[in-house]
Amino acid sequence: MQAFTNVTAIPIPLVRDNIDTDIIIPARYLKTVSRKGLGEGAFYTLRHRDDGIPDPASPFNQARFKDSAILVAGDNFGCGSSREHAAWALVDLGIRVVIAESFADIFDSNAFKNGILTVTLPRPAISRIAAEGEAGRAVEVSLEECRVRLADGTTYGFEIDPFRRRCLLEGLDEVALTLAEHGEAIAAFEAEQRERAPWLWETPTNALTLTKSAPR
Amino acid sequence: MSERKGSTLYDRIWQAHRVRDLAPGTALIYIDRHLVHEVTSPQAFEALAAAGRSVRRVDATLAVPDHNVPTTPQRERIDDLLSRRQLKTLVENCARFEVPLIAIDDPRQGIVHVIGPEQGLTQPGMTIVCGDSHTSTHGAFGALAFGIGTSEVEHVLATQTLALKKARNMRIRIEGTPGFGVTAKDMALAVIGRIGAGGATGHVIEYAGSAVRSLSMEGRMTLCNMSIEAGGRAGLVAPDETTFAWLKGRPLAPSGAMWERAIAAWRSLASDADAVFDSEVTIEAAEIAPQVTWGTSPEQVAPITSHVPDPAHLEDEAGRRAAEAALAYMDLKPGTPLEEITIDQVFIGSCTNSRIEDLRAAATILKGRRRAPNVKRVLVVPGSGLVKRQAEAEGLDRIFIAAGCEWREAGCSMCLAMNPDKVPPGERCASTSNRNFVGRQGPGARTHLLSPAMAAAAAVTGRLTDVRRLLSS
Ligand code: SF4
Repeated sequence: MQAFTNVTAIPIPLVRDNIDTDIIIPARYLKTVSRKGLGEGAFYTLRHRDDGIPDPASPFNQARFKDSAILVAGDNFGCGSSREHAAWALVDLGIRVVIAESFADIFDSNAFKNGILTVTLPRPAISRIAAEGEAGRAVEVSLEECRVRLADGTTYGFEIDPFRRRCLLEGLDEVALTLAEHGEAIAAFEAEQRERAPWLWETPTNALTLTKSAPR
Repeated sequence: MSERKGSTLYDRIWQAHRVRDLAPGTALIYIDRHLVHEVTSPQAFEALAAAGRSVRRVDATLAVPDHNVPTTPQRERIDDLLSRRQLKTLVENCARFEVPLIAIDDPRQGIVHVIGPEQGLTQPGMTIVCGDSHTSTHGAFGALAFGIGTSEVEHVLATQTLALKKARNMRIRIEGTPGFGVTAKDMALAVIGRIGAGGATGHVIEYAGSAVRSLSMEGRMTLCNMSIEAGGRAGLVAPDETTFAWLKGRPLAPSGAMWERAIAAWRSLASDADAVFDSEVTIEAAEIAPQVTWGTSPEQVAPITSHVPDPAHLEDEAGRRAAEAALAYMDLKPGTPLEEITIDQVFIGSCTNSRIEDLRAAATILKGRRRAPNVKRVLVVPGSGLVKRQAEAEGLDRIFIAAGCEWREAGCSMCLAMNPDKVPPGERCASTSNRNFVGRQGPGARTHLLSPAMAAAAAVTGRLTDVRRLLSS
């Protein structure tokens, strides 16, 4: 995971409720074998008119938001299918922070696992931050201080789970963390389970006789 | 004496797999079996390779391609470049990491949730995960089984564990004897209709009651499969003699003295009589009629004997707007009798209803009858190569073909629009799958979820039909 430092950017205003993962990344983009390149399909229907031509009215097509790393949205952001491709698409677009009124559980966890900071703030703060985006003014998101700072000095504090904050700040790799901190406990569990429930260890999946082939 | 609170089956499995507590209500949980398919695994293997890690337990991992595979006879020739690359990547990753793979041309290939139980991989008391939400299917054996995201797939491959938050307990009892023509699918849909698509969010569901006990393993799998459509993290049925008899002798099931030891342990896998559930629902099986969905969420469901509901009668504002949008997408008018809705396509298959009993139920209706002229296509897609062979040994394929159906190779097929089997835009499909979401079976496709017998009845009459009419005639 990429370590999270302070982010300053003009927030992309997308204040509507229930932006589901199908809107974030349509199903036809799920055939990829990589985490990269999904930005191309991100928010496809919001970025294009029905005839497939880029919609100039979409904030994603406006020059001032081009390199923005902050997205501001409404309630229940990331609901629907559990596809982690939604988080990958945001990362590929360069988004590091999503500020919303609330987040769907699985999306929230997928975002975190990909180094995206999710900030939950009440509606008035959301509206104010979106207005800054409309006006082309940058805001600063500080994870050190747990607050969002506007150009005029207004600040909004936010809460975050301490474990999650540490992982994001240090860019910790969760797998490495589990292996380092719990590797011995896992091995001890395995040894104990082998004694207690040996049949779980005596029916290995690789006991199946398998043919080897590749699709042509 | 202090009051002791009993454990639920879920509490028991959780307890037996706790490697370490991480925070109140959160623990590192050991994963006994990990199923892998081509769509949600490539990025996990890629990350593993980048970090120079290996798969901790290849002996507890099994991969199979299913979502992208064509179901036509020349199935190894895959025209869609992206699908082909995703399938090829699975083969390469399995070779590189030494993960056992049931390849596309293996006679046992099929939908991951069909082959797991079929091979005896799925056993009571296990923790089982897969990067797929319908992993809940395996709960039919009293295993704690649930879907995970790709980063979690990577975490399991590398560590064989997951950091999990404990869910709440919900018990759904279905009591009594279901009426004539009412199946496990109707029970599953009736449950979702009753508690809603988010009714079990944050919960693990345990299905209990005499009607659940009387279900075959195939029926229990159908019921547990749909748990996720009610928002449940997982669904469970406590194992019993039906479970043990079904498992015995399967390739990956324990055998000999180990089998005796295993079933002795499995017999203790039940909720205590004094276990407390966070929520309880009871449904009378006799009150369930064959079900069919009319909208774009599985909770938008009704008995076949009723009408398309009028959104104006819904009190809740959000529900009303959702119903209006669903009826517009489905092109249905309030008040239309469900039995008057004509259909264009029929799909009998998916991890919900593609096992041998499902195919037998459909064949019973189709035997000696023919597909209605307005029905353009009836796809019958077995859940695995072994189900296909069994059906052919019983002569079911000949019944289907004589009735004007297409008899296909195993795969996810028309359940989701990722392989060549799609419902064309604007067409209406009677489908035994599990999701009637907008565009699920193809852009603009309209889906009505129902049981295999009901799907077969629709194929014969060309419209949604109460299967009981055909059964009694
Ligand atoms: S059959 Fe459908 S629901 Fe089941 S695993 Fe395949 S795509 Fe998913």
